[in-house]
Amino acid sequence: MVKPFVRHRGKVAALPRRDVDTDQIIPKQFLKGVERTGFGSGLFFDWRADPGFELNQPAAQGATILVTGANFGCGSSREHAVWALAEYGFRAIIAPSFADIFLANCFRNGVLPVKLAANEVAMVTQRAQDAGYEVVVDLEQQVVSDDRGFTARFSADAYGRELLLRGLDEIGRTLLEEPSITAYERSHP
Amino acid sequence: MTARTLFDRVWDAHVVRALADGVSLLYVDLHLVHEVTSPQAFAGLRHAGRKVRRPERTLATVDHNVPTSERTLPIADPVAARQVDALSTNAREFGIELFDLASPGQGIVHVIGPELGATQPGMLIVCGDSHTSTHGAFGAFALGIGTSEVEHVLATQCIVLSKPRNLEARISGSLEPGVGAKDLILALIGKIGTAGATGHVIEYTGDAIRALSMEERMTVCNMSIEAGARAGMIAPDEVTFAYLGGRPRAPQGAAWTAALERWRTFRSDPNARYDAQVQLDASRVGPQVTWGTTPGMVADIKARVPDPAQLATENEREAALRALEYMGLKPGTPLEGIPIDRVFLGSCTNARIEDLRAAANIVRGRHVASRVRAMVVPGSQRVKAQAEQEGLDRVFRDAGFEWRNAGCSMCLGMNPDVLGAGERCAATSNRNFEGRQGRGGRTHLMSPVMAAAAAIEGHLVDVRAW
Repeated sequence: MVKPFVRHRGKVAALPRRDVDTDQIIPKQFLKGVERTGFGSGLFFDWRADPGFELNQPAAQGATILVTGANFGCGSSREHAVWALAEYGFRAIIAPSFADIFLANCFRNGVLPVKLAANEVAMVTQRAQDAGYEVVVDLEQQVVSDDRGFTARFSADAYGRELLLRGLDEIGRTLLEEPSITAYERSHP
Repeated sequence: MTARTLFDRVWDAHVVRALADGVSLLYVDLHLVHEVTSPQAFAGLRHAGRKVRRPERTLATVDHNVPTSERTLPIADPVAARQVDALSTNAREFGIELFDLASPGQGIVHVIGPELGATQPGMLIVCGDSHTSTHGAFGAFALGIGTSEVEHVLATQCIVLSKPRNLEARISGSLEPGVGAKDLILALIGKIGTAGATGHVIEYTGDAIRALSMEERMTVCNMSIEAGARAGMIAPDEVTFAYLGGRPRAPQGAAWTAALERWRTFRSDPNARYDAQVQLDASRVGPQVTWGTTPGMVADIKARVPDPAQLATENEREAALRALEYMGLKPGTPLEGIPIDRVFLGSCTNARIEDLRAAANIVRGRHVASRVRAMVVPGSQRVKAQAEQEGLDRVFRDAGFEWRNAGCSMCLGMNPDVLGAGERCAATSNRNFEGRQGRGGRTHLMSPVMAAAAAIEGHLVDVRAW
């Protein structure tokens, strides 16, 4: 079951880098497990060793929304990257663009990827430098807003949006298509 | 009937039902499974009391975290061993064929699918691995998926997708000697960027593509993901059919004749429309080497390390500065001559028999530079056996290379084959991300012949001068 996402208000942490790949999000040594849990402490493991890293700053503590650069989540298909982000506490990621497989993985784990224009991402990134800066991400209305008058519309993938809004069990949903699947199999032996 | 592309045809042939909003339920012909991205999927099935719908359309192997050293010893890392054991248990319980460590058919999942003839034109193929794009070389629509989707495919044999857009990469002209498929795809990624094909399926067309062998086509399609693409595809032709003929899982006899007739239909109509197009002149591509920490940070071997200050946008400048700091390189340094510590000949990109033959031709009768540690990791145990039959293992060993067993190995460093901090590696793999081959390790991506020449010289070198 996907954890439903309808509307979330949360503190924003900024990671203004482009092309953040899933090897950085969760390095290889954390992929050997056979469970879906235990990945939060591995999030950005190598980068977090640097005291200057963005998520190590006091202002970033307790953030539930990450604002970052273009092509976030590129590279390896490892869903562990989304599991790590979710377990660390992130519910939404705001960026100018995302890698395709990462995007699909987010929708299946209750994490909302929000695509905004570069200037809107820049605005949120800049405001996230202020301690305690929060935004509201509303998936029903497909709007991101803050208390200082910032409002930006986004367009979520229709199927992913439905999965998140209703917290659907995707497999259960597809199994309702059983007659179509069986018919396809009969006509394609 | 409107004109259709190769991708349109394969997509249309797999639609089980069109759902709402441009989303379709598609049927999966072949599901490849490995040890790293599947345990949670099998656990999910077990938890929900679900079965694998088509175990006979599912193939499993161990590749990502397996040691490439002696196979008769148990896996030393207990956590890795547990994951490998979990796949054995899952395969047995759910009735899936497994090529385990003891199997002569074991190897990197994207090497063994084609080698078995299980990968065929017009198929929809998925695997919990981004380099599934490799199989597109046969005219299949093949894409990497996450573990939740792996579970979904196991349970339903279907996948839910929004139809990606279609990008034609037309590559014309003849390649210069010493320049190959790896250089073509690196040059293309350098041209369109690491997100240049996001949301698209790339179809590679043009006479330069037609002239490539199947192994070379697989190298090109393999790295489609490094341009952000959902998949890469090449229309099947006589080269494809000649490769598949007689392979264990390919159709035989009358079924082969029928298959050929069907496979020939998987092509783009001459007037088919693509959503985007890009062109590359193969005759102007030289050997490519990456200098940074994304595959798009790439240049001709004759070039110099770029100066971040010269780049167009603030974003690019920052990324390049960071990359050069990580890579320990100064702007303006000629790429040729950068000293290396390690050489990795392997991965699903470049560890097939042709890759090993080409590299062996470079190293034959020579010796690896004294400062360099070099290893060859064949893509599969069958590739290894074939190479040994041809005496290539002796060529590599005599030159000072380590000759290993099959696996993903140092491409992602999940097993004990890793770079140390600060070590610089000439690699035939697909990703030069920070820490990809080991924390603090510095990766330069290149072709097998370029890596082989670098091993001998001890620094990056233009193989055309050999």
